[in-house]
Amino acid sequence: MATEILMPALSPTMEEGTLAKWLVKEGDTVSSGDILAEIETDKATMEFEAVDEGIIGKILIAEGREGVAVNTAIAVLVEEGESLDAAPTAAPAAGEAATPVEAPAAPAPVAAAAAAPAAPEVDSSPDWPAGTELVKTTVREALRDAMAEEMRGDEDVFLMGEEVAEYQGAYKISQGLLDEFGSKRIIDTPITEHGFAGIATGAAFGGLKPIVEFMTFNFAMQAIDHIINSAAKTLYMSGGQMGAPMVFRGPNGAAARVGAQHSQDYAAWYMQIPGLKVAMPYSASDAKGLLKSAIRDPNPVIFLENEILYGQSFDVPKMDDFTVPFGKAKIWREGSDATIVSFGIGMKYALEAADKLAEEGISAEVIDLRTLRPMDLPTVIKSVMKTNRLVTVEEGWPQGSVGGYIASEVMQQAFDYLDAPVITCTGKDVPMPYAANLERHALITTDEVVAAVKQVTYR
Amino acid sequence: MAARKSTKKPNVSAEELTQYYRDMLLIRRFEEKAGQLYGMGLIGGFCHLYIGQEAVVVGLEAAAEEGDKRITSYRDHGHMLACGMEANGVMAELTGREGGLSKGKGGSMHMFSKEKHFYGGHGIVGAQVPLGAGLAFADKYKDNGRVTFTYFGDGAANQGQVYETFNMAAIWDLPVVFVIENNQYAMGTAQSRSTSTPDIYTRGEAFGIPGEAVDGMNVLAVKDAGERAVAHCRSGKGPYILEVKTYRYRGHSMSDPAKYRTREEVQKMRSERDPIEQVRDMLLTGKHASEEDLKAIDKEIKEIVNKSADFAKESPEPALEELWTDIYA
Ligand SMILES: Cc1ncc(C[n+]2csc(CCOP(=O)(O)OP(=O)(O)O)c2C)c(N)n1
Ligand SMILES: [Mg+2]
Repeated sequence: MATEILMPALSPTMEEGTLAKWLVKEGDTVSSGDILAEIETDKATMEFEAVDEGIIGKILIAEGREGVAVNTAIAVLVEEGESLDAAPTAAPAAGEAATPVEAPAAPAPVAAAAAAPAAPEVDSSPDWPAGTELVKTTVREALRDAMAEEMRGDEDVFLMGEEVAEYQGAYKISQGLLDEFGSKRIIDTPITEHGFAGIATGAAFGGLKPIVEFMTFNFAMQAIDHIINSAAKTLYMSGGQMGAPMVFRGPNGAAARVGAQHSQDYAAWYMQIPGLKVAMPYSASDAKGLLKSAIRDPNPVIFLENEILYGQSFDVPKMDDFTVPFGKAKIWREGSDATIVSFGIGMKYALEAADKLAEEGISAEVIDLRTLRPMDLPTVIKSVMKTNRLVTVEEGWPQGSVGGYIASEVMQQAFDYLDAPVITCTGKDVPMPYAANLERHALITTDEVVAAVKQVTYR
Repeated sequence: MAARKSTKKPNVSAEELTQYYRDMLLIRRFEEKAGQLYGMGLIGGFCHLYIGQEAVVVGLEAAAEEGDKRITSYRDHGHMLACGMEANGVMAELTGREGGLSKGKGGSMHMFSKEKHFYGGHGIVGAQVPLGAGLAFADKYKDNGRVTFTYFGDGAANQGQVYETFNMAAIWDLPVVFVIENNQYAMGTAQSRSTSTPDIYTRGEAFGIPGEAVDGMNVLAVKDAGERAVAHCRSGKGPYILEVKTYRYRGHSMSDPAKYRTREEVQKMRSERDPIEQVRDMLLTGKHASEEDLKAIDKEIKEIVNKSADFAKESPEPALEELWTDIYA
């Protein structure tokens, strides 16, 4: 049976091409793999090979012809004994060509918020039952306790990173874990972030639940390909067959006087990635409760800690199994005049500012997002509906900031409730300097937050 | 087993030889069909064909046991067929349809099968190397005796993460076979222009990882080397490197202008070293099969491939809701 040979698409973007040269003539016998013609595409001249065996019947498009559309019949291939100009009997193959079913229109984007949206539903239940005994705990101990508790409960959880075992952690987060769990589960790696992030991700594909400690997140830039391309995207690319249940954790943001390469806040970077979850706790109870949730989560979680907070103590509930859910912000302080939204170490400035503002009779509501992906925007919106003013606080840079995203969402969802433009307080738009005075200036300060709240409340 | 190494006529049954012939032919015909569907615009984007390299994966699969894992790059169709994934699902993924192995969301470069222990399908050159070592890490952690085949190219062999991985695989004795599929080119870059020393398998020496070069056009040589590698890994001695010298007949991807090598070079490989022809000859001269037997196999394979193409054309495009699923578990 005769078949048509069609003008091929030889690149992802090719729609038409020039049939530069025929390398076979009518009557030639060809087998699969033989080069039939040279075709000039938008990019290059390419060879076009036969995929079936047969005899070249009629050549339908002469060499030299330009603008031959993809899927045009250019020759006829016949079988032995068939007439050379046998017409194909089947429906023209061009009909088979890619005419993918016309996709129905994409679902309309969520309609812009109506003029007066209802206050969103929010879950404002307390993190622990009233009356629970509270223990003063540092963030450092809370993180260690979270890992130890989860490792006791699940053999598949292990910790890997530089200096996590014998040195007891560069920042002593893993203190004591080697003694309790042994070197099979508390694993010192060489200084090789790209490699061990990849190995840990592969181990997660293979059914384990790795915790990867980066000595600091600055060094995770060497591993970011595996975090994003391998860990975050595989579930989607595999149609849900396999993913990476794992945690990447470590200190993030500025420590003190360590200069530009060791002082960067990555919150906004990771927050952008579908497939990742991102937590950035401030208090010790959140550090513990969120890390336990992160280890149990079947998705890759970025867990951004802060060196300056490691030594700070907070109340942590004494409970057998205390966890904090992702996507639930915490209102640290209720107020009526303005909303301050922050997370991580930004909360320190937000809370100090609220104290100072209270002395001047300005009542600020302070919200800790705790997780950035998922982000509890309903709690923010609800608060803005009450206070009508919003200031965001973060340590990272202004362009493409977390605050910028929140401001745009609030504008779209609660525009009519805003009585002043949202102010996003961020770190300065400079690499971190070393000099003490310059570093103080580069970071966000409590006074800047106070000034921003005064500005949005027109005081 | 030293005798085995030098044996010219390896001890292989007619059934085994026939199976290798069938498996390699399936890959060859499948890839030809994929090239054809690409030409018709039914397959989009990048599409990297495995034609010429069939003996590598078929030989190594012959050395694998149930439960062993495999992971490779974007040039992955052959690996998937060789480990038993359905031609229909692979082809329908190439056309981006609901019936594809990733429901149409992965494409040619990103397919997976938990059932067949196939862990992708990775589009970032070299990324599969630590991932593969990580799979082996999980097996060692669980002490289940499994081995992971981690395939990568001669081009990928220049990625830093490969050596980070060699180092860790060696210190932790991970049961991983690193299979370097040296098809002599990384896109248009001949190996001699990218690689400081020609024998990539020696690059494990610095880490104490044994390695050997293998004739990748000869399925029996590949299988033989694969068995040595697997035995090494399974006995707890850590990783092993196989540099399998092979050749791709087609362009790097579908849009390769092929200006970096001569037509004669390709033709010479095809006519003198073709892995499928070699087995065909062995079958016929050894009187293991007749021309008719082989014709029957050809026909059977053609049917599987044509069916997969029909399936891939008929399977509907994924529902729009699929856009929003499988982002989080
Ligand atoms: C990190 C990265 N850099 C570049 C590319 C683009 N690219 C895709 S394949 C390829 C060549 C790889 O050659 P090789 O490893 O020899 O594998 P082969 O294609 O020959 O199978 C390049 C440069 C990529 N996908 N990823
Ligand atoms: Mg190559």
